[in-house]
Amino acid sequence: MIDLPIVFLFLMGLSVLLYVVLDGYDLGVGMLMPAATEDEQSVMVASIAPFWDANETWLVLGVGILLAAFPVAHGMVLSALYLPVVAMLVGLMLRGVAFELRIKAEGWHRDLWNWLFWAGSFAASFFQGVMLGRYITGFESGFLYWMFALLVGASLCGGYVLLGATWLTWKTEGALQRKSIAWTRWGLLWVALGVLLVSMATPLISETVRDKWFTFPRAFFVMLLPAATFAMGVWSWVMTGRMKAGDTSRDWRPFVAAVSIFTLAFLGLAYSIFPYVVIDKLTAWEAAAHPSALKVLLIGAVVVLPFIVAYTALSYRIFRGKAKAGLYD
Amino acid sequence: MAVMEDALFLARAQFGLNIGFHIMFPTLTIALAWFLLGFRIVYQRTGDPAWLATYKLWVKVFALSFAMGVVTGVVMSFQFGTNWPRYMTTVGAIAGPLLSYEVLTAFFLEATFLGVMLFGMDRVPDWAHIGATALVAFGTTVSAFWILALNSWMHTPAGHTMDAGQVIAADWIAVIFNPSFPYRLTHMLIASGLTASFVVAGLSAWRLLKAQDASAMKTLRAGIVTAACLIPVQIFVGDLHGLNTLEHQPQKIAAMEALWKTERGAPLVMFAVPNERERRNDFAIEIPYGLSLILRHHADAEIKGLDDFEPDRPPVVPLFFGFRLMVGIGVMMLLVSWVGTFMTRRGRVPPRWLLWVLAAFTFSGWVATLAGWIVTEVGRQPWLVTGILRTKDAVGDISGAQLGVSLTGYVLTYTTMFIAYMVVLTHMAGKGAKTVTPLRPEAIR
Repeated sequence: MIDLPIVFLFLMGLSVLLYVVLDGYDLGVGMLMPAATEDEQSVMVASIAPFWDANETWLVLGVGILLAAFPVAHGMVLSALYLPVVAMLVGLMLRGVAFELRIKAEGWHRDLWNWLFWAGSFAASFFQGVMLGRYITGFESGFLYWMFALLVGASLCGGYVLLGATWLTWKTEGALQRKSIAWTRWGLLWVALGVLLVSMATPLISETVRDKWFTFPRAFFVMLLPAATFAMGVWSWVMTGRMKAGDTSRDWRPFVAAVSIFTLAFLGLAYSIFPYVVIDKLTAWEAAAHPSALKVLLIGAVVVLPFIVAYTALSYRIFRGKAKAGLYD
Repeated sequence: MAVMEDALFLARAQFGLNIGFHIMFPTLTIALAWFLLGFRIVYQRTGDPAWLATYKLWVKVFALSFAMGVVTGVVMSFQFGTNWPRYMTTVGAIAGPLLSYEVLTAFFLEATFLGVMLFGMDRVPDWAHIGATALVAFGTTVSAFWILALNSWMHTPAGHTMDAGQVIAADWIAVIFNPSFPYRLTHMLIASGLTASFVVAGLSAWRLLKAQDASAMKTLRAGIVTAACLIPVQIFVGDLHGLNTLEHQPQKIAAMEALWKTERGAPLVMFAVPNERERRNDFAIEIPYGLSLILRHHADAEIKGLDDFEPDRPPVVPLFFGFRLMVGIGVMMLLVSWVGTFMTRRGRVPPRWLLWVLAAFTFSGWVATLAGWIVTEVGRQPWLVTGILRTKDAVGDISGAQLGVSLTGYVLTYTTMFIAYMVVLTHMAGKGAKTVTPLRPEAIR
């Protein structure tokens, strides 16, 4: 007999990870917009245009699984995160609409939508981090807990900037690529600082997390996660150093490294929380929907997800290569 | 108690605002996607650059409208849990799978192939580009299938049993194909067809008022002829849907018709000001026996009035006026589309007054859809899921203050989005149109 709640915990985690990585790079590109010239902005937007709608759909799937498989947790989590969620949604709406409108606008209209695209991307990223921070603390109120949430918010922005910069390193060329490499290195420093602070603060904030990480002998094995993250960071730094010097033949590597860093951080988080859906309050089994619903959901997911992965891959294959300005021409 | 009612009111106001704003865009894009497929295929067959220009213009309108639908739809996925937590804990075993199937089978398909459709024309072969356009259209329609299956089940639940206070599915076919589903789905899809037809015709008319453009003549004709064909079907289907509602939710019909008391030979109230407190109609203009004739095809037939359902009945005012608004616009759409079809026959250039009328009717589909949606959803009250869960029992414990803050945020965001959308849409269709081909009679045919 399959342990259905655990299967759905895994599926939900997968959706969230895919969302964070995929929408992360296009949110990151949005946050980098003010640092580019007008021509460069057109290329940046063109590099994410075919993908951003589908990227955002992973968020809907993640929330959808939370809603369908863990309905009690959906109510509890989203009620506790109510205002950050609203702020994030407003950010996502503004940037989505601004994205479409800036292409069609001219003059000061375009400046306005550019600004809203940046502000929306930034707000969405920051408040996603705040949500994560509040979630890790188990929604405890108090000054320190809120400071922690703000710290996670700021760190996630750095992470998305890193993803965006490495994406642009891969998808652009010339002056913009050189800029992107520089952004990548700033992003790496930002993420390194963020990961360090959050990793130090998390065990102080949560006893459950502390026990998970500092109980021997398994602590020895789980320490491989931060070690691998560190190694990936160093590798990215060295690699982008060489790219700065002119060798841009393997321009996809920084993106892969950034995705690896996100995946490792995500695994660390998943390990910290498992098997809770709401930390210290609700486990996957306690929060799970009726088994009949889970079975139907599983059938749908197992049948359809391979198709989604296949045509997503197809779309990335169709739009492979360097992005060019001039959408809709 | 007052606080509870405030929270319930705010939760409903917020959810209603969100879903009302959201449904406008899918209503447009579902059918607009099929229009695009048509334009694309005609271009493929004829090789006429005017059709390519048409496709490229309308693909932009689609992209913008679709983005509006996506971002407001993301909000919906969060609000099910925040505004109505008891909804999911009570009927989650039905609603969860239906919503998830919509995401899995439709959302990803639409969103992914939208990219290919918008930006892939010179990257994939023609057949693949047509295929991508078709998959987007198919995806939007599949999406409507699932969401209306769930919505219809909330109106007319079927195929379920109870297990420890939770509703679970006993027979999924019966759940999905519940009694009101076939009528509601057809009614909604045709509503989408009409909405898109009038937007296509209206914006084309707007473009013709601003500039001479042969391709706008083609789309005007395409929109208006589609509308002229769809509207009689919609009136027929709407009638069937009404009779289905009479069978399964008679209290909704009674409220729509402002029939306060059960009676034989019930009159058809043409106009009145329903008086909720006194439970009667003021200033009523009635056709004797009209309602009995329409609903039961017999002048003396008994029609159940609201007094049979007290206190579980919907409010009368929004249903009575909403229904009349929807039907009124429908009749005007019939006139406009038929006159328009006649006056543009065999490539005739429409007179300017007709262009103005069509431009004025651009968003008539939205008004009718929203009016109809208010009728059917307010008509479900006081139930969230008929006979199973009351709206007031499903509300969460978000404070009134938080709801107030977020409601303000949403109103501001939506207002900004809507104004920008309208400005850009009219700009794209009108002066902003870049490719203008001169209007020659032979180019029109």
